[in-house]
Amino acid sequence: MSDTKAPLLSVKNLTIALPEGFDRAHAIQDISYDLNPGEVLCVVGESGSGKSMTANAIMGLLPDYLKPTRGSIDYHGRDLLSLPEEEKRALRGRDIAMVFQEPLSALNPLMTVGEQIDEVMLVHGNTNAAARAARVLELMEYVGLPDPATLRNAYPFRLSGGQRQRIVIAMALALEPSILIADEPTTALDVTTQAQILALIKRIQRAKGMGVIFVTHDFGVVADIADRAIVMEKGLIVEQGTADQVLNHPKHPYTQRLIAAVPHRETERKESNGVEAADEVPLLELRNLNKTYRSSEGLFSKPRVVPAVQDINLVLHRGQTLGVVGESGSGKSTLGRVIMKLLDSDSGQILYHGMDIAPLSQASFRPMRKKIQMIFQDPFASLNPRQTIGRILTDGPLANGVDKTTARKRAEELLARVGLDASAYVRYPHEFSGGQRQRIGIARALMLDPDILIADESVSALDVSVQEQVLRLLRDIQDQLKLGMIFITHDLRIAAQICDQIVVMRRGEVVEMGPPSQIFDAPQNEYTQRLIEAIPGKEWHPEQVIRDLHKESI
Amino acid sequence: MQFIKRFSQNYGAVLGLIILAAIVFLAVAAPLLYPGNPWKTVGMPLLRPLQDAKFLLGTDMLGRDIAAGIAHGAKVSLLIGVVSTLVAVLIGVTIGAVAGFYGGRVDDILMRFTEFFQIIPTFAMAVVLVAIFSPNFISITLAIAVVSWPSVARLVRAEFLSLRQREFVQAAVVIGQSGPRIILTQILPNAVSPIIVTASLMVATAILTESALSFLGLGDRNMMSWGFMIGAARTMLREAWWMSFFPGFAILLAVLAINLIGEGINDVMNPHLRGRKQ
Amino acid sequence: MLNFTLQRIGKAFVVIVGVIILNFLLIKLAPGDPAAILAGEAGSGDPQFVENLRRQFGLDQPVPVQLWNYLSGVLTGDLGFSYRNQVPVLDLILQRLPATLLLTGAAFVFSLATGMLFGVLAARHRGTVLDSMITTLALIFYATPLFWIALMSVLLFSINLGWLPPFDMETIGAGYTGWRRVLDIAHHLILPTVTLGLFYTAIYTRLTRASMLEVMGLDFVKTARAKGVPGQRIIRRHVLRNAVLPVFTFASMQAGQLVGGAILTETVFAWPGIGRLMFDALMQRDYPVLLGVFLITAIVVVVVNFITDLLYRVVDPRIGIS
Repeated sequence: MSDTKAPLLSVKNLTIALPEGFDRAHAIQDISYDLNPGEVLCVVGESGSGKSMTANAIMGLLPDYLKPTRGSIDYHGRDLLSLPEEEKRALRGRDIAMVFQEPLSALNPLMTVGEQIDEVMLVHGNTNAAARAARVLELMEYVGLPDPATLRNAYPFRLSGGQRQRIVIAMALALEPSILIADEPTTALDVTTQAQILALIKRIQRAKGMGVIFVTHDFGVVADIADRAIVMEKGLIVEQGTADQVLNHPKHPYTQRLIAAVPHRETERKESNGVEAADEVPLLELRNLNKTYRSSEGLFSKPRVVPAVQDINLVLHRGQTLGVVGESGSGKSTLGRVIMKLLDSDSGQILYHGMDIAPLSQASFRPMRKKIQMIFQDPFASLNPRQTIGRILTDGPLANGVDKTTARKRAEELLARVGLDASAYVRYPHEFSGGQRQRIGIARALMLDPDILIADESVSALDVSVQEQVLRLLRDIQDQLKLGMIFITHDLRIAAQICDQIVVMRRGEVVEMGPPSQIFDAPQNEYTQRLIEAIPGKEWHPEQVIRDLHKESI
Repeated sequence: MQFIKRFSQNYGAVLGLIILAAIVFLAVAAPLLYPGNPWKTVGMPLLRPLQDAKFLLGTDMLGRDIAAGIAHGAKVSLLIGVVSTLVAVLIGVTIGAVAGFYGGRVDDILMRFTEFFQIIPTFAMAVVLVAIFSPNFISITLAIAVVSWPSVARLVRAEFLSLRQREFVQAAVVIGQSGPRIILTQILPNAVSPIIVTASLMVATAILTESALSFLGLGDRNMMSWGFMIGAARTMLREAWWMSFFPGFAILLAVLAINLIGEGINDVMNPHLRGRKQ
Repeated sequence: MLNFTLQRIGKAFVVIVGVIILNFLLIKLAPGDPAAILAGEAGSGDPQFVENLRRQFGLDQPVPVQLWNYLSGVLTGDLGFSYRNQVPVLDLILQRLPATLLLTGAAFVFSLATGMLFGVLAARHRGTVLDSMITTLALIFYATPLFWIALMSVLLFSINLGWLPPFDMETIGAGYTGWRRVLDIAHHLILPTVTLGLFYTAIYTRLTRASMLEVMGLDFVKTARAKGVPGQRIIRRHVLRNAVLPVFTFASMQAGQLVGGAILTETVFAWPGIGRLMFDALMQRDYPVLLGVFLITAIVVVVVNFITDLLYRVVDPRIGIS
């Protein structure tokens, strides 16, 4: 239907230069695409691909140091790039609206959400306060917020992440714009919330016939929402076509590589590890473990109590990879930290080789620390920026009484093992990419020959292609060393790819436990079912696409 | 190297450095430039500036050379500024680091203690300390240190609280490093730049405090100081403006120079205002 | 809210008692015996006379007992007697307190108002000549000794130009009443206020500017632009309120520091306030007065902080639920 109409918006040969000192000359180069009425156009890419750049250029919201050097953005016969600021301002919010990634920081903390929705109409000349107030309620109702009459007087911090994003969407819809730009609007949200917001955007787009530009890094989301898709790499468009073309018949090698890296279930992977080892003493066993957060107690105030881990029972055997999956606030990270004794537990046992380590003091536990190691989440925060990689790696053995030369030899072996050059030893963390740093983090954990490895969201900060490599490394290590591994993640797809057993947590409790086949194909618990249902791109099978591609090439 | 290059691109900081170098030179060369005791009468009383080529900045009511006084006073200002800051940083870092790293009860007690010092106006506290222990170089230095350490302690504590939560510090705990070792090798090196920036600005404040103390007559009677000169010139304001103008201007220049340098260091060490990648 | 108030009062009480003890012990550390000094000045070295004075001041008791006596006195509103004047300390202080509150209050309002104004102007016109002028001036006043700027402005505005009175709080012997007196005091207030406030103006200018620039870079400002909100309104409705909060907090924490500055200002301008009273008491080893001034200052600081906290809860919806 869209080919009969003229495009709503047309970006032609857009080039934006980067200032000196960046790793490339242009943020984006020679970008051309059309947005048709009534379609969802997805712009996909990894970090640094420049995928958000055109969106910001359309809105006229580029930071000062970025200037378009060539090209045009045509909207109703006018070039948005050369429009005077006052005319652009009149378009923003009325004709073209935007939804941002981080709904909390996108809202003014000192204004009620109602005022913020109201303001869009006010600044575009609607002076009838009563009409505006009615419209605010109508909009809040429309985006599915409960009890708008009360909620509009609330401040953003009172709302949940999903509710905030609905407010931002209500703001964007207030004047019924013809174009909606959504810049990673679901990335900061939990998976079940993400599914709701995606459904909402889709519904609105259908109802209002808007053109939507949807920027994302997640192919699963593309599969769920896109009519057409654009794939970007390092500031260039590498592929552009209908969603079906891009997702199921990718032509460009980069697109193929990205799709191959999308986490998916490994159907061939055996799930028998846990059963084999059942009769020996487990590596780690948790019995009725509890941890509650308390705010400090005042003289006159009652402490606030948040149960983070409730009555957890788990068994981990040698050679087993146990996935702990949950949304934010599920207590999954707290669980990891309690096992590491970075946090004290309130009650229950942590049996390591049958010995309860929960009551040990920090000092008496310290000699045992080397056996239980951790891989952290943020590759930029987990390495001390002031120390060389050599120092970072050898600190552990040195603290445990190993001599310097042995430690150094071991560090060099492990650097090679995780796929880094020996020269890394004398370099500093800032000289490495995110993926490389995560490899260093893995090497650091292995320096101490641990029995148990806890990986806390260890790949979630990485781009999908890097993510896939790091996951493969972890799996190789696991196959070789037969450790007990606990893999904490919010992403069920990733858990399915690497784990033998999956534990689903919600509000501090385990709601379901079982092998991936059970969790995915026959989830028992209602919450697990919702989680599975919410995974973006369920209907799309990247592994099938890749297999077909291989077949074609043969 | 990178540091020097970026620092030298900051004109304010370079200007500050030049002024400070000149003042340091003046302090060091004072015994050569103006030999003898600056308290001694050397010429006619109340000479205007430039009235006598020998006394560039004029003389006071006792015929003492203002220029000589300023040169000799530079030493006291700089010395007290630097030494008191060093002492304050030492106390502040120790208390702040322990409070921030160990948290809980220890933190509560130390911070309540710090609060006691903060609730009393710092200058009033310094005045009392100096007056009670009779004014001399040591009591002035210690008094300034005692009133200045709480801000360092708070800063260091805040830094430690946030760095403590960082993953590389948790990693250090996980690999079995001891508490003191983590404080010294993991956290402190990462907290150094804000400490340096604060310390450099504290030197400036200390110089202001010292001059105000001497102005009130609470300076070391054996050492010439800028504040004392202004205090002594107060009653002569109508007759001899130059007696109070030049020493005050010297304080202004010294403090300004140090502030400029401190800001320069801040800009270089915390380049968060410069353009970041995507 | 009641809970919060009770909690804060409890905390404030602890802090103030701590301050009293700290000051008391500090003064006990001072070398020399006030009684002996007083007796010496009265020209009497008679040990019996000194002993009498000691008993009269309660100095013959052990230190913990003295501290206890003092603390229990304070709780009943008795701050002791001045060694010198034989008047209750409280009376002395209450007599002088209004002058200081007037001076510091005026300086506080002056510095906060001008500082925020200049800070907003500088941030709004970032990178222009106006911005450079404001930041340079702020840098200079931040480095200027307050007693010197006081002297220099007396030199310029009183001695040379004759516009403003150089000292005292009102024209002595003029016997003005009513509005005439208010105007007279206001006239006398200008120089002390401005010279005491300029240093803080410089601080608040720099703080406000930095805070504004930081808030301008936050995401919700981008949202406002994306909504099509005009530039002026963005500054007024979105940036200003968020940027002013930290400045406000800092200012309230600094409120007590003004009293320290008042010692200097009151000395230069012969202003009859408690800063001057404290300094004289110190020089004359009149310790009960000194302790009293410290106590009152601490209470004022605690009260100011408390009021700010309450205001903060009104302005910032994020705080206030415990």
